[in-house]
Amino acid sequence: MENTIENPVTKSVDDKKPIKKMMLILSKATIDNVYACFILANGARMEGIESEIFFTFFGLEAITKKKLEKLHVATVGNPGMHIPTMLGGLPGMEALATKMMKAEMEKLDIPPVGEFLEILSASGTKLWACKLAMDMFHLDKENLIDDLDGVLTVGDFYERAKGDNTHLLFI
Amino acid sequence: MVIEKTYGELCVTCNEQGYLTDLSQWTKEVGAEIAKEEGIEMTDRHWEVINYLQDQCRKEVPLSIRKVGKSGIVSIKEFYQLFPKGPLKISSRIAGIPKPVSCI
Repeated sequence: MENTIENPVTKSVDDKKPIKKMMLILSKATIDNVYACFILANGARMEGIESEIFFTFFGLEAITKKKLEKLHVATVGNPGMHIPTMLGGLPGMEALATKMMKAEMEKLDIPPVGEFLEILSASGTKLWACKLAMDMFHLDKENLIDDLDGVLTVGDFYERAKGDNTHLLFI
Repeated sequence: MVIEKTYGELCVTCNEQGYLTDLSQWTKEVGAEIAKEEGIEMTDRHWEVINYLQDQCRKEVPLSIRKVGKSGIVSIKEFYQLFPKGPLKISSRIAGIPKPVSCI
């Protein structure tokens, strides 16, 4: 009787299938979350991997024309900032921290949000707005960036995620 | 790790990812052979981009998709059309320059 199993360690690395598509869901509008999402989407395209972003809840602010260049880093409730919560709540703290962070990013050749969206669109990343969140925040398509690929329900988004080696990531 | 590879009649040194370790060993023939490996049919537009990348490398300017897009040589959209499976990393390999470390 054949009762041996193949040792997984001896299997060649080449058997591993590469990632084909990254489906990112952005639900927050703090600048660190927005950039994490954009860099992951752009990085995927740079490696020849398809990528799509679904902007939902506060993530919609990142594609709202009037708001996308005014996103902030959170100075309250963000232990990574290493400043006392009470100081973080003082007027102007968020603006100052945001300004400093943007200056550091520019040094690293990371574009502002608006330009980053243009790069993503040009690279073939699909940009989708969540229908439910748009209804909730009373937003029309006119309020959103021109490069938007469309408005989807969550069902539509899952439909687009079909296929082997697609990964979904919630940010 | 450095490996030796023969493209046509020329022997060049590459790293384990197939990037040339010495740009001075590069010839257009070597570039064309690497392009074949990457499944890219080179046109004049491709070579224009390759020339630009080599130029930047010689000036020691770090490369990113954003910089290439702003170069006036090629738009980001066209850059992706020319090298669909990863524009910066594939074009850099054909150009015989190191793999860019940029995330943008």
